[in-house]
Amino acid sequence: MFPASYRNMPDNLPALAFDRVTKRYGATIAVDSVSLEIARGSFVALVGTSGSGKSTLLKTLNRLVEPSEGHVTIDGTDVTAEPAPMLRRRIGYVFQNIGLFPHMTIAQNIAIGLKIAGRSDEAKVAELLDLVDLPRAIADRMPDALSGGQRQRVGIARALAPGAKLLLLDEAFGALDPVTRDALGTRIRALHDRLGLTTILVTHDMAEALLLADRVLVMKTGRIVADATPADLVAGKGGGDAQALVQVPRAQAERLQALVA
Amino acid sequence: MSAFVDALGRVPPLLAAHVLLSASALLLGIAISLPLGIWSARNATVARVSLGFASLVQTVPSLALLALFYPVLLSLSALVGGGIPALGFLPSLIALTLYALLPIIRNAVAGLHGIDPAVIQAADAVGMTPAQKLRLVEAPLVAPVLIAGIRTAAVWTIGAATLSTTVGQPSLGDMIFAGLQTQNWALVLAGCLSAAALALAVDALIGGIEYGIRARRRWLWIASAVVLVAGTAIATLPLWPKSGGDRTVVVGAKNFSEQYILARLIGDRLERAGYTVEYRDGLGSAVVFGALSGGDIDVYVDYAGTIWANEMKRRDVPEHRAMVAAIADWAAREHGVGLIGSLGFENAYAFAMKGADARAKRIASLDDLVRVAPQMTLGSDLEFLERPEWAAVKRAYPLRFAKTTPYSPTFMYRALESGNVDVISAFSSDGRIAADSLTVLTDPRHAIPGYDAILMVAPSRAKDAMFRAALTPLVGRIPVEAMRAANYQVDRDADKQTPEAAARWLAAKVGL
Repeated sequence: MFPASYRNMPDNLPALAFDRVTKRYGATIAVDSVSLEIARGSFVALVGTSGSGKSTLLKTLNRLVEPSEGHVTIDGTDVTAEPAPMLRRRIGYVFQNIGLFPHMTIAQNIAIGLKIAGRSDEAKVAELLDLVDLPRAIADRMPDALSGGQRQRVGIARALAPGAKLLLLDEAFGALDPVTRDALGTRIRALHDRLGLTTILVTHDMAEALLLADRVLVMKTGRIVADATPADLVAGKGGGDAQALVQVPRAQAERLQALVA
Repeated sequence: MSAFVDALGRVPPLLAAHVLLSASALLLGIAISLPLGIWSARNATVARVSLGFASLVQTVPSLALLALFYPVLLSLSALVGGGIPALGFLPSLIALTLYALLPIIRNAVAGLHGIDPAVIQAADAVGMTPAQKLRLVEAPLVAPVLIAGIRTAAVWTIGAATLSTTVGQPSLGDMIFAGLQTQNWALVLAGCLSAAALALAVDALIGGIEYGIRARRRWLWIASAVVLVAGTAIATLPLWPKSGGDRTVVVGAKNFSEQYILARLIGDRLERAGYTVEYRDGLGSAVVFGALSGGDIDVYVDYAGTIWANEMKRRDVPEHRAMVAAIADWAAREHGVGLIGSLGFENAYAFAMKGADARAKRIASLDDLVRVAPQMTLGSDLEFLERPEWAAVKRAYPLRFAKTTPYSPTFMYRALESGNVDVISAFSSDGRIAADSLTVLTDPRHAIPGYDAILMVAPSRAKDAMFRAALTPLVGRIPVEAMRAANYQVDRDADKQTPEAAARWLAAKVGL
């Protein structure tokens, strides 16, 4: 799928590529032959309603979902080229239910990726707590002593701990209150820029996608129906399905504006 | 109270055997259940099969489950050319292990299914291999639930282990069964309390481990585990090898007073001859001959008619002397078992009624009984209705009772006395026949074979001159009156004697 001349120039390769990726569950098609390339260092939002296939597509990257057909490559290498655990240790994955290990302290949770890879680094935990704006004092506490927002920050720290350069956010802010959600979104974007990550954010909230991402993909019934920059989407481009989603925050903004006027 | 203290003196060696058996069964049960539980949690078909099997095992009464492995192991042993013990530790271990499976598998499956799916997804997402996921996430999270299952299994196993007495494995059940037969309530109480205390202690300690892990109190679960292991080691201390080896003999006894008394009488003689003696009490009469021929016990007293009908499957009824000779011949030829001789009395099945009742109804023989049987209830011992002797009696006399009720022997006499039953399958050497003025019905058609008490020894002792010399003086020495009197000392309600005391009395009475 790539021109032969690119082969020896990995920096020019797209960081991620989907080649006619399809995922079927029985007769249901969750992802329908999606082909897509994502550049290194970009912050991409994958937006769609529930059941549009966006989360399924995301999970083909770290093989939590195995495609029925098609290929997924990272830096030109097929994701199936190595055992799934090895692949996943290089990919940060944060999801709505977080899944902190309830029997481990915050420090143990954050360091788990290092531990299973046979690396252990005490200093790294403090550094990661700083990175996600958590006080170092919580390192020895158990997950059930933390608030939802704090727990999700721990989830992000855990995902970044092994030095992941690819960060997958699967409705990561879905269960948080709006204030925490906004703060955490902003923090993630700052981390993305500072650490030079490639980030994919799956969300059903178009406003979040428009404010955080460089590129917004809209999914509907397993297909990508729009692919545009936030500016273009706000300017009315990207087609009918995308505009239906953009219309929601736009109308809200206008109504808020009207209150002031 | 001193009787109770005496009874407590019998606890240590039995407790040791009980703990060893229960702990072995539990450990084996855990070793089987853990992989099976993990596999079941991952695969619905495996779960259906393993949980279905484990539940099925639970529906079998524990006593029946224990008894079941006797014929199974016997035929297995025959298949591989011998060497597999069908009695004692092995069948008990297998049955109790099977019993322990269900709670452990069930809790392992429930615990694994109960883990938050988000936690499992996170374990996958951070790149754990299946082994790492099991070790770092699933095992610690499932541990409290799993240990709760092990705790249940431990209590069940300790309770059910009391029943292993019936297949010849020593346990605290020895005291319970022996005490029930001889109405020695101090012995029953000591056995029950010991078993209950053991179960409660193990329950509390495993509970401590469970709570310590759940509440993340490291010191608590480690301390509980240490006490549990140390307690097991200390309790089994009496079983640790000591000198004596070949000089130790095991005297077997079935589950009634006469057998206990005779076992002590034999044991006393062997001790005087320099042997170290152990007793295996309460063996079912279906397994005791197998225990002897398999070498699990060295000597016991059986009754000619029992061997004749149960082991030799004979239906004819020859004259006593010929029958005993035929048994000696058969036992030596087929099993290498030695028959030292008849003790001199008979303990036959004898149908008995209250004397006044028999006179009023003009019943003196089994022939007379036929006509009134449909209005009567028969009380029998626990096994009589299944025995070939009952089948032989029914062939000879068309007896049809309104109702038949099995009792343990002691309660059978009580049931006759209280009028719950009208006729019982008594034993001719029983002291209660004379004491309760019972009428023994005659057997004009000679349906019931002779039941001369005969001294049987294991193949390994059959040619042991010193062993035989210690026992030969018993042959022909015990008249039925002396045996009845000794039995009555143990069976009566007032001024009850222990089998040991009755055995000493009997020895003095017959001049041994």
